[in-house]
Amino acid sequence: MNAPEADIQQSLGDPRLQLAIYTATRRLIDHRAGVVSDEVLPYYQDLRNEANAIKKHTIENLDYYLEQLESNVIAHGGHVVFCRTGQEAADFVLDLAKKRGVHMLVKSKSMTSEEIHFNERLEKHHLEAVETDLGEYILQLAHQRPYHIVAPALHLTRYDVADVFTKELGAENEVVIEKQTKFARGVLRQKFLQADIGVSGANFLIADSGAIVVVENEGNARLSTSAPRIHIAIAGIEKVIPRAQDLAVFLNLLGRSATGQPLTVYTSFLSGPRRPTEIDGPDEFYLLLLDNGRTKLLQDPEKRQSLYCIRCGACLNHCPVYRKIGGHNYPWVYSGPIGAIITPQFHGVNEDTWLPFASSLCGACAEVCPVKIEIPKLLIKLREEVVEVKRRQAAGDLERFAFQLFAWIATHPKIYLLLASLGSFFFPIVPRIGPLKQWASQRTVPEPANQSFHQWWASRSKGSS
Amino acid sequence: MVGEPLERLFVTAREQILGDIRRSLKRAVGEPPQLEAAPLPAPALRVPMTDRNLYCDLFGKKLENLGGKFIRVRDTAAVVPAIAELLVQKSAVASNAPFLRKCGITGLPQVHSAFTDRDELKAACAAADIGITSVDYALAATGTFVMLSSHNEARLISLLPPAHIAIFPRSRILANLDELLSILPRPADQTSSMVLITGPSRTADIEQILVKGVHGPGEVYAIVVDEQ
Repeated sequence: MNAPEADIQQSLGDPRLQLAIYTATRRLIDHRAGVVSDEVLPYYQDLRNEANAIKKHTIENLDYYLEQLESNVIAHGGHVVFCRTGQEAADFVLDLAKKRGVHMLVKSKSMTSEEIHFNERLEKHHLEAVETDLGEYILQLAHQRPYHIVAPALHLTRYDVADVFTKELGAENEVVIEKQTKFARGVLRQKFLQADIGVSGANFLIADSGAIVVVENEGNARLSTSAPRIHIAIAGIEKVIPRAQDLAVFLNLLGRSATGQPLTVYTSFLSGPRRPTEIDGPDEFYLLLLDNGRTKLLQDPEKRQSLYCIRCGACLNHCPVYRKIGGHNYPWVYSGPIGAIITPQFHGVNEDTWLPFASSLCGACAEVCPVKIEIPKLLIKLREEVVEVKRRQAAGDLERFAFQLFAWIATHPKIYLLLASLGSFFFPIVPRIGPLKQWASQRTVPEPANQSFHQWWASRSKGSS
Repeated sequence: MVGEPLERLFVTAREQILGDIRRSLKRAVGEPPQLEAAPLPAPALRVPMTDRNLYCDLFGKKLENLGGKFIRVRDTAAVVPAIAELLVQKSAVASNAPFLRKCGITGLPQVHSAFTDRDELKAACAAADIGITSVDYALAATGTFVMLSSHNEARLISLLPPAHIAIFPRSRILANLDELLSILPRPADQTSSMVLITGPSRTADIEQILVKGVHGPGEVYAIVVDEQ
């Protein structure tokens, strides 16, 4: 597909949206800069190198660490379910909900679940999935997808939120942000206390511990994973890291890169259901490990570094293209530079061929990436692949044109007859010229018949009447 | 647990995913990690070599920067007077941490404690104004509480009520996350849930305006006791 130019023009021409994107990303840029400077974090570049080395090692040995993770989750009383597709993940949850008689589940923010349209798949089967992150909840009510990996409702104002709450929940028209937040807290608190299943994503999977790590600021992920009887975590297979101690590297980078927080408000380190002596926590724990195209990305030794991404969103904030066109003009839930490199790899380079070109290659993304993914280099590689595909497609276009032409001729008898008689006239000389000359030099070219079938049929009809 | 045909489907999915990974990476079944091409760095834990006596002040400063309240008291006897004002006309749920008993918290009339049943605890926490806990550790560099779920500490007490008071001895304050991970290299060996709490619950999802207390407690207090 080509770039959605009309939509992009609309985003560029919307001053309110431009201001919202600009100020939000500016704030995130400034917050990050304040906590990674030499004065406050002199070993920041060492952390990036270590994070890159750990991710590289883990991805190069992914099968080993997934199996280690699996056996440790089981050792703590949890279950591991491998899912090839979003449909398989949804089927598992639907089946479990049916067996446990569950009709509603609460969900904390998870890009992986957005990627597989998890909520829509469940709702088709009348299983209600309630988003509980404030931004995601607003978007769910407004039927929109996240505008940004970390700040999903970045593009909406308090007035938009008031409209959504009034229209979808019958709330009073309230435009004070504190009151809107309090209202959402009240509605969602009831959902937390009623729900029997909580679904979360995972920022990291810890192989040596059989644990998942979830970072957040609101507390909705803690509620989703602690209040209901059943906790289901959905994570891409690339989220695994070898050791709990590696969190010293990754947690020191993630919050800083995402929102400029040395640590987010809550970091939950969860392994299996509650232990026998613990007072609360879920009775059942399931970890859904999702492929959904990730194994395809492993095939190319250079491009597989795309799987190092920890979804901090820093590359979006610093990207001059994202900061102009915004999140919804990207074709998939992953926007910005990271979206531009992973979308073509998940969906194929022949889809959305404009994406790798939607970059000035300024390199800001690579400079801020906490795991040092070489985004500009991968963009160039993908551009090469797009050009190659287009070249091959051009050959395909000629072929398609030839068949369309034939179909047109074959359905217009008069033209067909004319061309057929011309053909039989010219046929004997064709092998002596042009590209067929060489082919015919080694073969016996059949002689055309003296008369065509039509001529023969016509003469036969006359003779018999 | 799960129906037979579906279970078989997920076994197939497992084999296929691991098989696809091994084919792409050119690895054999059960092959140990290859260290030559992509070595795994030794864990890098950076613990600053500063005076431990400075941790308490640093912790307090960091917590207050996040909008939390920090109260330092000399001994356990000073805890109840220090929080008496916070408890006026409020209901509270306290955890089973021995340190809270030592501080006399569990004996207070408005404090419900000694919960062992999950549903009773959940209902009590949902109705309470304040949750009172101790902490297993605290992190000075970030103003963080570290709480391990156990028979002493439940998950929901520090989560459901709109205010959270954590009372703990000064000796539990560590330098930072790195020191915590050097003391607890694998927290999952001890608990199903280790939570790091760094300040009040917050969101900036609407117009990037900071609002406290969206799902978790909007008010967070640390009462640090100098002597045990």
